[in-house]
Amino acid sequence: MAADLVFYGFALLTVLAGCFVVFSRNVVHAGFALMFTLLGVAGLYAMLGADFLAVTQTVVYIGGILILVLFAVMMTRVPSQNAPRRGLDRMVPAGIFAVAIFALLYKVATGTSWPTATPGEALPTAKLIGVKLMTDAIFPFEFASLVLLVAMIGAAILIRERKVLPAEAPAEEAATEAPADEPEVTA
Amino acid sequence: MTVGLPHFLTIGAALFALGIFAMMTRRNAVALLMGVELILNGANVNFVAFARYVDGGVDGHLMAAFVIVLAAAEAAVGLAIVLAMFRNFGTVHVDTVNRLKR
Repeated sequence: MAADLVFYGFALLTVLAGCFVVFSRNVVHAGFALMFTLLGVAGLYAMLGADFLAVTQTVVYIGGILILVLFAVMMTRVPSQNAPRRGLDRMVPAGIFAVAIFALLYKVATGTSWPTATPGEALPTAKLIGVKLMTDAIFPFEFASLVLLVAMIGAAILIRERKVLPAEAPAEEAATEAPADEPEVTA
Repeated sequence: MTVGLPHFLTIGAALFALGIFAMMTRRNAVALLMGVELILNGANVNFVAFARYVDGGVDGHLMAAFVIVLAAAEAAVGLAIVLAMFRNFGTVHVDTVNRLKR
């Protein structure tokens, strides 16, 4: 069936790119692989009849968050020979733990008899979501806007340049408190 | 076997396990945030799959939309912290950043 093939294509894209995100040593490559993972997830949303979410995933995740992540990667590059290697001592327990979690979730997902109903025709969901956001879910909607405002202000405060005023930092106190071999405050 | 709910739940579980693995092994703070994004996407796939096959409405879609909103906020604050960390310590490796005060 054609729909099954499309599903397996998106699933393969998602999981293979996810593996690349996890196992790639180059963080820039991992960031670009994350784009394909998010694209695959958007395709899965579209297959599940969530048209609004598929578009939102593409616009917000790929157009927003991923660009932010890539900016951060490229602004914080260190020479790769200085980067500590990932040791086998934490790869092995993490691998065992991750495989155990996947096995447990897989067993639950396939072993449980979910009360599934045969899904009907996939209808446009944007209007339904909009009506629900303005009626039932008005409080979470407004709260999410508050969270976004706080996050925006917090991010701006966190990365602002700290100007040290002359009156706030007397030279003799700084000289007595800081050890002599410490580098000077740069930020 | 035709594609149904368990297939989508398996994809969600795979994304979740990959994200857990990334968070346990990565040392680059930005790569840790990528692991968080994988975990959130795995959860979102489950929400939408259940909305399609069990619930039939759009409640799961609404939940997934709020998860995307919170992921955006988390990415903004997290990357701001990473940049401040890089400015103060000159590195983004979480093992070497172990002082609260210079």
